[in-house]
Amino acid sequence: MKYQTYKTDLPVMMPYKPVEIENFGSSIKFWYLVPILALILGTSAIAQSGSDIRLGTMQTLMRWMPLLLQGFIFNVLISVMAMAIGTGLGAALGIGQLSHNRLVRSSSWLLTQFFRNAPWLVLLFFAMFLLPFEVNIFGIIVPLPDWVKATIGLALPVMANVSEIIRGAVLSLPSGQWEAAESLAYSRRQTLWLIILPQCLKRMLPPWMNLYAILTMATVLASIVGVSEVMTLTGEALAAEGGRPDLLAPFYAFVLLIFFVYCYPIAQLTVRLERKFSVIN
Amino acid sequence: MSWNDTEPMVSIKDVYKSFGTLEVLKGVSLDVMKGEVICIIGPSGSGKSTLIRCINGLNDIQAGSILVEGQEVNDPELDKLELRKKVGMVFQQYNLFPHKTALENVMMAPIRVLKHDKEIAKKAAVDLLRKVGLEDKEKAYPGEMSGGQQQRVAIARSLAMNPDVILFDEVTAALDPETVNEVLLTIKRLAEDGMTCILVTHEMGFAREVADHIYFTDGGLIVEHGNPKKFFENAKDPRTKEFLSQIL
Repeated sequence: MKYQTYKTDLPVMMPYKPVEIENFGSSIKFWYLVPILALILGTSAIAQSGSDIRLGTMQTLMRWMPLLLQGFIFNVLISVMAMAIGTGLGAALGIGQLSHNRLVRSSSWLLTQFFRNAPWLVLLFFAMFLLPFEVNIFGIIVPLPDWVKATIGLALPVMANVSEIIRGAVLSLPSGQWEAAESLAYSRRQTLWLIILPQCLKRMLPPWMNLYAILTMATVLASIVGVSEVMTLTGEALAAEGGRPDLLAPFYAFVLLIFFVYCYPIAQLTVRLERKFSVIN
Repeated sequence: MSWNDTEPMVSIKDVYKSFGTLEVLKGVSLDVMKGEVICIIGPSGSGKSTLIRCINGLNDIQAGSILVEGQEVNDPELDKLELRKKVGMVFQQYNLFPHKTALENVMMAPIRVLKHDKEIAKKAAVDLLRKVGLEDKEKAYPGEMSGGQQQRVAIARSLAMNPDVILFDEVTAALDPETVNEVLLTIKRLAEDGMTCILVTHEMGFAREVADHIYFTDGGLIVEHGNPKKFFENAKDPRTKEFLSQIL
């Protein structure tokens, strides 16, 4: 028996290897695409084995791909806009939750809790059916198409979650920061904007990106209320092909693939940022 | 109400303070004259830190009176920001702003709070960093400095507001032994320059050397006080004697 070499995966026993925090964007690997491509090809191959004069599964998919990708761009558009609206409103609500004014604080808290504990789909329906199809702003008629309403509907839970991310980040700072700022005669507002919130940005970024990834995946809910995003278009494409059962798996696998390709790097980046910030703090 | 420096700069009278049901201060009184250095010592949990945190209104009090330059700190009408411009504070954990460089930490409050001109404030901050021996650390972030260096930046930051009195809350308690002296030396120089200082400390040697007056607290009361010589050599109260015998 030899005892000179130890095989272990205890971190303390491993040789020291500094965590690389530079260039983390460039090192995201795309090996993960392989199994998914295999899934699409595999499902289409199996499905194809029984086909006859009709177009092959892959060819059919290729034909519809541009349309499906267009639909996905719409999903991205909805997610970006919902995130922007939700972040803006949520920031206001989150800061409201920290107010010394009782009325502001409790109403911000109530709004946050209400929208945070509501199913996203219900909020989506709520927005679809309660918002008018057009609004009159100072005499200008602005139409509200379905996708705008869906965006607003999805922005509501984002708003509530951003509000909680901000409140949580502010409360996670040591109270000494507040005390030091107070002792230097900073007003509460100055303390918040000059001392507290700048330090919170770093803490808020990973959960905020996480929320964005979740939101992106939730945009397919808009298909239920008839917005022409990728899921709706996939359904329509399948119907146009006469409901061929052999197309179902490849088409939906393709939709999964697009979302994966879009969301996975975000998730990876989030993990890296979390690690980077935990090293610094 | 006008105040002149023949009266105490800080006058604490019969102060009571409790956190919930826990009574921390049970009738504390002390006076600090302009230019005086006083040290408050005593076992942990005796209310030392609470007492000095009441002086700049970080903690409120339930009864009694605290006058800073003749102004009642406990007055709800008092502009706390005006009070805090006069009363500086340095903390055990330094509490520097980690997202700002040493220089920015020092010059930010004069610019933002006192509305000083940016260039003048920067020049003053550079001078202050030199005064605490950190002229080469202007661009360093707090995370890149040792505890002693951070604490000296914190002292410079407090000085930048040009306060009339500075409160030091166990400022060396979190430091490595070898950096304690550089901080104590900085405070000593301040005291020699005539700054009014109120220190909560466990550094008995320092207290003896620098303080004009020493207060010993135990159980929320001031048990004994006097000048350092009398205090350390002729302590009368058995609690003081016991504490000193454990420490010295």
